[in-house]
Amino acid sequence: MSKRVAITGNEAVAQAMRQINPDVVAAYPITPQTEIVQIFSTFVADGDVDTEFVTVESEHSAMSATIGASAAGARAMTATSSQGLALMWEMLYIAAGLRLPIVAPVVNRALSAPINIHCDHSDTMGARDSGWIQLYSENAQEAYDNLIQAVRIAEHADVQLPVMVCMDGFIVSHGMENAELLDDDVVRSFIGQRTPKHSLLDVDRPATFGALDFADWYFEHRRQLAEAQTHVKGVVLDVAKEFAKVSGRSYDLFEAYRLDDAELAVVVLNSAAGTAKEVVDDLRDKGMKAGLLKIRLFRPFPHEEIVAALAGKKAIAVLDRADGLSTMGGPVFVDVRSAMYDAPGPKMVNYIYGLGGRDIDTEQIAGVYWDLARIAETGKVTSPVTYLGVRE
Amino acid sequence: MSANGKEKGWKDVPIGGLILEAGSSDKYETGDWRTYRPVWDQEKCRHCMICWIYCPDSSILVREGRMVGIDYKHCKGCGICAHECPAKCIDMRLETELEADRAEGAGAGASAGGACCAKSGGEAGGK
Repeated sequence: MSKRVAITGNEAVAQAMRQINPDVVAAYPITPQTEIVQIFSTFVADGDVDTEFVTVESEHSAMSATIGASAAGARAMTATSSQGLALMWEMLYIAAGLRLPIVAPVVNRALSAPINIHCDHSDTMGARDSGWIQLYSENAQEAYDNLIQAVRIAEHADVQLPVMVCMDGFIVSHGMENAELLDDDVVRSFIGQRTPKHSLLDVDRPATFGALDFADWYFEHRRQLAEAQTHVKGVVLDVAKEFAKVSGRSYDLFEAYRLDDAELAVVVLNSAAGTAKEVVDDLRDKGMKAGLLKIRLFRPFPHEEIVAALAGKKAIAVLDRADGLSTMGGPVFVDVRSAMYDAPGPKMVNYIYGLGGRDIDTEQIAGVYWDLARIAETGKVTSPVTYLGVRE
Repeated sequence: MSANGKEKGWKDVPIGGLILEAGSSDKYETGDWRTYRPVWDQEKCRHCMICWIYCPDSSILVREGRMVGIDYKHCKGCGICAHECPAKCIDMRLETELEADRAEGAGAGASAGGACCAKSGGEAGGK
């Protein structure tokens, strides 16, 4: 029987890791992720898991050890945040390039400088072109469910890619919520065993990993990596369908909240979606045709589906919790607007919000919808990129 | 090359750059990185083995204590042998010039290369 519990995001993710029972976990502490691995280490100490737990001297080493373990055929995991993910950067590309199905929760936190431990998405946005799949989670329940599904997605024969499961630092990682955990047996049978086609420890069929790959073959291997990304969408949906059968909870590439008949739409990831739903309900009561699109799969970017969901809207605002610093908006805006280029043209604007853990409230999000209403009415965009909640 | 003579594409090889056979580095003919080719003058050679000592790629071929040629499948044309040779019997020649010589049928560069490899020089190394 599944059980309903009061649990923080970090605890929920640690419980999912216990149920996944990975062969190897190599990790290094960093706020606000530390708790995940700390809790998991008690499962190791108590013999609740069979995991080889490797304490390493840095996140670079954590990812390196995870890569080695995964290449050896193990189900390998790590977890990190912010500067830790930044320190893994070199190895992230290697994990993806070697096609290793590593799964890693990442608790979103701002990047230095100035130093800050609170939530924004600068860390995982910096890894968006590394070849990792990225799933974003609104709350503890989604982080837990995404992590379990991530194992199946990563290891799928047509995918063979690492997956990052993102959730908001402190807001979700340390906030106590109501969530439903599955039975250990249900999770274990859902994820099954990893059966790698090739591994370093398969002495009967030896394989070389990480050989030199020059101008004569590198391009072909990168082309394979791009091809694998095209398989991800379908696998994410298939796994979600199976997950719904065991959990009763359904997942898609994104959540469309009151979006079908909406004229004004906001696009957002992670916890701010919860706040935005409140705003949508309130504005609907006032007669505004407001809707929300919450992206779950950000990498690869499900552009066709997103365009289909947003086509025909009068105005769209993309909320980015990271600044691209390109002077043309945040990373989610750039992708959504690029995807929408060929769609019959709704006006699009971008809001950079919540950097370094700055709160975003319902009033601010309602303000975004009112801006959209004005843009829809006048057809004029006066400010394509707005910093929402910064003191002028 | 695949069986039909077409060079293999991205769909034809294992993912992630994995190599599934042992000893495949032996087939990787790094000699095709070469710009300059050492051309050995057998007549002037004293078989002192200085080139053999200095060659960083073990590309000096030796039989019964005598130099017999250069392994063009692996020689990358660094020119150390030519620089160190006390008899000045190794001449560094541009591969492109030797190609042109061969195309004209002069054959001087091609035949001077030594007896080790039927296939060598400008040809793209097989995979």
